[in-house]
Amino acid sequence: MGGYGDVQLLRDDGLRLDGRKLDEMRPVTIEAGVLPAADGSAMVTQGLNVAVAAVYGPMEAHPRKIQRQDRAVIDVRYNMAPFSTSDRIRPGFNRRSREISKVTAEALESVVLVERFPRSKIRVEIEILAAEAGTRCAGITAAAVALADAGIPMRDLIVGVASGKVEDIVVLDLDKAEDNYGQADLPVGILPNTGEIAFLQMDGDLSPDEYNLAMEYNFKAAAEIHEIMVDALKRRYEGGES
Amino acid sequence: MSNGQNGAEQRLVTPGMAIGPSDGVRVGSGALAHNDTIIATRLGWVREINNTVSVDPINSAYMPRSGDLIVATVAEVRNNLWFMNINGPFQGLLPMSLAPWKVEFGAARQHMGIGDVVLARVQEVDECHNVVLTMKGVGLRRLNQGSVHSVPINHIDRLRGEGNAMLQRLRDASDCRIIIGENGKVWIDGDADGMAWARKAVALVQSSGHKSTFEAEFSALEKTTQKKGDA
Repeated sequence: MGGYGDVQLLRDDGLRLDGRKLDEMRPVTIEAGVLPAADGSAMVTQGLNVAVAAVYGPMEAHPRKIQRQDRAVIDVRYNMAPFSTSDRIRPGFNRRSREISKVTAEALESVVLVERFPRSKIRVEIEILAAEAGTRCAGITAAAVALADAGIPMRDLIVGVASGKVEDIVVLDLDKAEDNYGQADLPVGILPNTGEIAFLQMDGDLSPDEYNLAMEYNFKAAAEIHEIMVDALKRRYEGGES
Repeated sequence: MSNGQNGAEQRLVTPGMAIGPSDGVRVGSGALAHNDTIIATRLGWVREINNTVSVDPINSAYMPRSGDLIVATVAEVRNNLWFMNINGPFQGLLPMSLAPWKVEFGAARQHMGIGDVVLARVQEVDECHNVVLTMKGVGLRRLNQGSVHSVPINHIDRLRGEGNAMLQRLRDASDCRIIIGENGKVWIDGDADGMAWARKAVALVQSSGHKSTFEAEFSALEKTTQKKGDA
């Protein structure tokens, strides 16, 4: 949230500035197996966002002090490329990327069957090549497809989606202007098959009714994105047989 | 809950996808029971044998089992043992007592250093996933020449073929010595042309080993080397 401003975010006809309806998300495309050197990989585009995720492992966890005797450690590194936004981003970790890496790792740990690989590490690298708001959600979606592509056992495919509030109206999938000048942002990680929520963050204020509507939008979008994820994985292995 | 796609051949399922009711069937690998439903935990093909529903994963990590013949790489050296990279979630441990040489304490580095490749056998895997390797046995040795390549674990059977038929075709066509480790590592040694062709064959397994067109593609590749031999 960049704060309140006098920027008009909804048109007079009730549509948003880019012509979307209130409960319409940006176009999403997903491709699995984009990086041949990785054990699993995926690329997600959502509007102008481009997120690439690579998965390596499970492998021996180093240094050994990070090993857990009863489960695998998921090591997530979220990074925005310097050229991902119009203002150049200084390369390397910053407060925001550390936070997103942490919440993404915790979200993935709740779906990956980490107890199958004690003392090991699963490395997930998320690189944002182009950013237009909602990159953590695109990154989580890409990571989920990459983990499935790598053959890591999971309870479900986690989907990252976000809703928010602009001009006191709840909208799905905020774009850059809505994210900067809107009133609230509610990114969540949803397990579509079980309806569980693996992570939830909220920036700004929502009333209970607004929150319920935002979550309704999120679940609807998660179901749509989940279909695209499944389709991407099947497309990668089409023509195959056991 | 979404259902696995019913294809003409087998069902390809993704993690979280419902395979069917769990009543009266056993849950095998790559699946789990949740609320009276069997759910896939991996991307792969559904297999139902002997009343057991499991998922054959398309990709998976190598899980070592006692007796496996593997191609391993030295990752760390200590005074009396070597830690080996076995291409799995856990490193293998090769104590000097199970090396093929008489090793004095502190002299492990004189026999093998980091990066050396060996043909070893998995001696023991305990419940804590500690893996002990041995190099005592017929044919187990350090692999001084040749090159090592990776294939997906699930394509190893495809690369070997029925009764090692495919492996024999590979050896005949390339005129190379080829060893396929259970851990997805393939060692190839021979002349430059033969190794280049064998590498192509391994790459074909990597890219198309899961496809029904693999056999035809491999036969076409085989003809390219036979033509070269005829000329």
